[in-house]
Amino acid sequence: METTISSHFRIFFKFFSMNNLTIKELEQKSVKYRMALLKYIKMANAGHTGGSLSCTDILNVLYNDVMNVSPENFNDPNRDRYIQSKGHSVEALYVVLADQGFFPETELETMCRYKSPYVGHPTRKVNGIEFNTGALGHGLSISAGIALAAKKDKAPYRVFTLLGDGELAEGSNWEAAMLAAHYKLDNLVAILDHNTLQITGRNAEVCNPEPINEKWKAFGWNVVHVDGHNIAELSKVLDEAPTVPGKPTFVIARTTKGKGVSFMEDVKKWHHGVPTNEQYEIAINELGAEQIRLKN
Amino acid sequence: MPQSPENTKFHKADKLKNAQIKMTSTILKMGKANLEIFSETLIELGKNDKDILVVTSDSRGSGKLVPFGEQLPGQIVEVGIAEQNLVGVAAGLASTGKKVFAVSPSCFLTARSLEQVKNDVAYSNMPVTLIGISAGVSYGALGTTHHSLHDVAVFRAINNIDIVIPADNFETRHAIVAASQSKKPIFIKFGKKNMPNLPRLEQSFEIGKASVIREGNDVAFIACGETVAPAYEAAQILEEKGISAEVISMHTIKPLDKEAILKSAMKCKAVVTVEEHSIYGGLGEACSSLFMEERIYKPFKIVGIPDEETVSGLQTEIFDHYGISGKGLSETALNLL
Ligand SMILES: Cc1ncc(C[n+]2csc(CCOP(=O)(O)OP(=O)(O)O)c2C)c(N)n1
Ligand SMILES: [Mg+2]
Repeated sequence: METTISSHFRIFFKFFSMNNLTIKELEQKSVKYRMALLKYIKMANAGHTGGSLSCTDILNVLYNDVMNVSPENFNDPNRDRYIQSKGHSVEALYVVLADQGFFPETELETMCRYKSPYVGHPTRKVNGIEFNTGALGHGLSISAGIALAAKKDKAPYRVFTLLGDGELAEGSNWEAAMLAAHYKLDNLVAILDHNTLQITGRNAEVCNPEPINEKWKAFGWNVVHVDGHNIAELSKVLDEAPTVPGKPTFVIARTTKGKGVSFMEDVKKWHHGVPTNEQYEIAINELGAEQIRLKN
Repeated sequence: MPQSPENTKFHKADKLKNAQIKMTSTILKMGKANLEIFSETLIELGKNDKDILVVTSDSRGSGKLVPFGEQLPGQIVEVGIAEQNLVGVAAGLASTGKKVFAVSPSCFLTARSLEQVKNDVAYSNMPVTLIGISAGVSYGALGTTHHSLHDVAVFRAINNIDIVIPADNFETRHAIVAASQSKKPIFIKFGKKNMPNLPRLEQSFEIGKASVIREGNDVAFIACGETVAPAYEAAQILEEKGISAEVISMHTIKPLDKEAILKSAMKCKAVVTVEEHSIYGGLGEACSSLFMEERIYKPFKIVGIPDEETVSGLQTEIFDHYGISGKGLSETALNLL
C-alpha cells in the first residue's frame, strides 16, 4: 500500500522535475565527476581513489536521476535519504554534492587540509551529508532506522545506502538485514558496490562473502542485479526500487574498482593511492578522450 | 650504565643505536615508524616460535604485515573487515596456547570490539596482545571515525589488561617482545610516523616501569607514546631559558609506575602530563588522582586533546593546534612555574 503511494509521489515529482537529464548527459557527468575527484585527491595528496571511481556512476544516477533531494529541499522531512556506508569513498560523494549545488566545488581544494570541513570521510559539517560515516558496517543500521521512522510517519521518502563488498564481513550488516526484513522496510534500498576487491585483495580470498545473492534472499530481501557502470540500467533499477511490497531491496551493482582509468581498474593498490604527476596526466587524458567520445 | 634487557637478539642493535644518539647529543637521530619496528620484531619472533599467530581484519597492509604473511603464511589469520570477530577469534585461538597478536586500527579495535575485549580477552584472561595501529590522531585528516582518543580511558576501566604506549623504536621493540612472553592480556598502540630515537637514562625496558628520558628538577613532563618526543624538544627549549625539565616516558599506563611519577613530582616544582588522547580518562587523570591521594599539591596541567570535535588536519597540525609541540609544551611549563 505504502509503496504505491510513494511510487505515485515519485512519478509526480519526476514529471515536474526540470532537470531530467538524458542517459548521454548522465554519462558525461560521470566522466566529469571522475576527473574532478581525481583532481581533489591529487590536491589533497590523499584519498580512496579506487572505491570512489567504482561508485561514481551509482552516485551520479542517485543524485541526478533517482532521489528527491536537492539543496532546496534538504530540510524537507520528506526528502529521500542517502547514507554512504562505505564512507571512505567520500571523494565521489563530495564532487556529486558540489555539482548538485550543495556547496561550491572550489571548496574541495581544502580537502583533508588543516581545519577543512572536507575530511576524508562523510561528515554532517558538509552540506548535503546526512550522517557521519567512515567506520564500516554502520550505514545499513542507520538507514533501517530512518526507513522505520518513515513507516511510522507514513512518509513517502525512500532510503538508499551504499555498501562495499568487503564491508559485508561486518556482522552489524546482518543484524540490520534481519531487522529490515522483519519490519518489512520496502522503502529501503541497499546498493552493493560489488567490485570484488578490498584492501588486502579479492573478497573471495580475504573472507569470502559469496553467495551474496542467496544470503540476502535468505534474509528476506528482494535481490536485484545491475551493471554498476551502465547508466541506463542503473537508472531503471534504482528508480523502480524497491520493487517488491513488504521487502527491502538489495541491489547488487557489479562494478570495477578504479573504473575509468585503465591502470587503476581492478588493481588492489589503488584502494587508497594518489597518482604521481605523470599518472595523473595519463588518467585525465584518458577521461578527456572519453569525454570527447561521448560528445560525438 | 645499567644492564640492557634479557632479549639478547635485540640487545646488540640497540647498543649501537644508542651510541649514535650520544654522539649527536641533543639532535636526535630519526628512527623508523614504530609500526615498522613492530612488524620487523614480529617476523623475528614468529620465525622462532610457530605458536605466534597474527590475526588481521583486512588490516595487514596498514599493519605493515604483508611481509609477515608472505614469510609465515601459516601464522596469519585473516578475518575480513570484522573487528568484533577479530577479537573473539583471537581469544579462542589464545585459549589453546597460541600467542596471538590481534592487529587492527586502534579506532576500530578499541571501540567496535570493546565487549569482546572486556569479556573474551580481559575477563576470560586470554593472553591476547591487542595491537592498535595508527592510534591517536595518526589518521588525522580522515576524521573522527578514524581517531582513537578514547582507548586508554575505556581500557583503564577494564580489569586485567595492560596498556602500553611505546614512545620510540626501542620501546616498541621491547614492548612487542615482552608481550610475546606475557601470560596476560595486553594492549599496545602506536602511530605510523617515523619517530626519533630518544635517549634514556637506563637502557632497559620493563612493562610497568617508566623510562627516564632526561633528568631535571624545575618541571616534569610525564608523557607517553608519540608525545614524548615533543616533550623532549620542550625540555631543550626550556634549558636554553635556564629551566631544568625532566622528561619521563610513561610507556605503561596500566599498571602505572606510581613510584616514578611521585619521584619526579616531588623533586620538581610543576608537572605537565602529555598524551595523544582525550584529556579525560588518560595518563593525565591517572597522575592527577595519584597526586591527590598522595597529597602532592603542585602546579599541574594535563595536555592532550580537549573535549571538542577534534580539529581536522595531519597529526602534526593537530599536535601543534593543541600545544603538543616543543613550543606549546615549553610555554605551558613556563605558565606553571
Ligand atoms: C570498521 C572499519 N574497519 C576497517 C576500516 C578500514 N577500511 C576502509 S576501506 C576498507 C576496505 C573496504 O573494502 P570494500 O568494502 O570492498 O570497499 P571498496 O572496495 O568499495 O572500496 C577498510 C578495511 C574501516 N573504515 N572501518
Ligand atoms: Mg570492494
